[in-house]
Amino acid sequence: MSRLLPLFGFMLLVGLFGFGIWWNTQHDQNEVPSPLINKPAPAFVLPKLDDPTQTVSKASLLGKPYLLNVFASWCIACGEEHPTLMAEGSQLGVLLLGYDYKDAPDDAKNWLREHGNPYGMVIADRPGRTAIDFGVYGAPESFLIDAKGVIRYKHIGPITPEVISKELKPAIAALRKESP
Amino acid sequence: MLSGRSAPRARFSLATVASPFRAQGALLRFLLVALLAFTGVAHSQAIQPLPFKNHAEKVRFQHLTRQLRCLVCQNETIADSNAELARDLRLDVFQQMQQGRSDKQIKQYLVARYSDFVLYDPPLQADTLLLWFGPLLILLAGGAVVVMAIRKRSRDAGITAQAPAVQTPTDNEDDW
Repeated sequence: MSRLLPLFGFMLLVGLFGFGIWWNTQHDQNEVPSPLINKPAPAFVLPKLDDPTQTVSKASLLGKPYLLNVFASWCIACGEEHPTLMAEGSQLGVLLLGYDYKDAPDDAKNWLREHGNPYGMVIADRPGRTAIDFGVYGAPESFLIDAKGVIRYKHIGPITPEVISKELKPAIAALRKESP
Repeated sequence: MLSGRSAPRARFSLATVASPFRAQGALLRFLLVALLAFTGVAHSQAIQPLPFKNHAEKVRFQHLTRQLRCLVCQNETIADSNAELARDLRLDVFQQMQQGRSDKQIKQYLVARYSDFVLYDPPLQADTLLLWFGPLLILLAGGAVVVMAIRKRSRDAGITAQAPAVQTPTDNEDDW
């Protein structure tokens, strides 16, 4: 029996490492869960992309839920998620608010002209200061914010049809259940 | 960095490098030549100079930014990283220092937005007890096994010493 002990120890380690490998194929290690879920979104005032003289604030958006989608023309993964937003963005049932992150306004406008504009409204954060308040650390990232201005859900990385059907739509449905 | 998913890997780094390349090609070519000519100088300017009031403030800033993780390239501190986010966070830390906020307040501010992960040293709290003391537990368990094995062996040796005439093949323990 005790002759087999080292084998058991070895099998235990193999099992542990195997689990580690499996776990890492299921999870993106670079994903840092946001501590802001179910907390009020930070207050912000940002100019609109197409008309910088007009500003949009958190207060002005209260009353209706919206999906804030952080994108940029320099962001490669945003190009990956863009067709999904074009196809399904209008069927989400909430305002799709584009958040142009650390981008030259002309680059962003050209990018939206080229690939299509799925957004109900686009705001621009060129210095990226407000993004720090949101805990943004890359693009794309998406925040679902409810009518009271509370962050209810965050997705890091490109939105896919699967993410929409499995995570986003249930989260939006849950909002609707609270405030019909 | 070794995980399987491929899509969001280059979310930041590639693209942030690419955009100024495209926008200012000519300027960049000029800068490249300048870089080659003054490599040493260029290196020391890689991190933007901040207007520190005195040496103590600079030391404090460097000490603080070395304790904060860059979330883009996650194995670098924001003091070391050249990612745009790290640059933004350095500036943010600097501005908060100018406003007279303490190191603790600045850390709390960042933890509230980016979670404990932004701290290079995980804080000692209930859910990190295993992380901090797990290795010690394993060491103690290993030590206990060693002590038990030695005791057993010396006991067996004691038995054989008392009865040296009986050369019995002892059980498996002695084989390994």
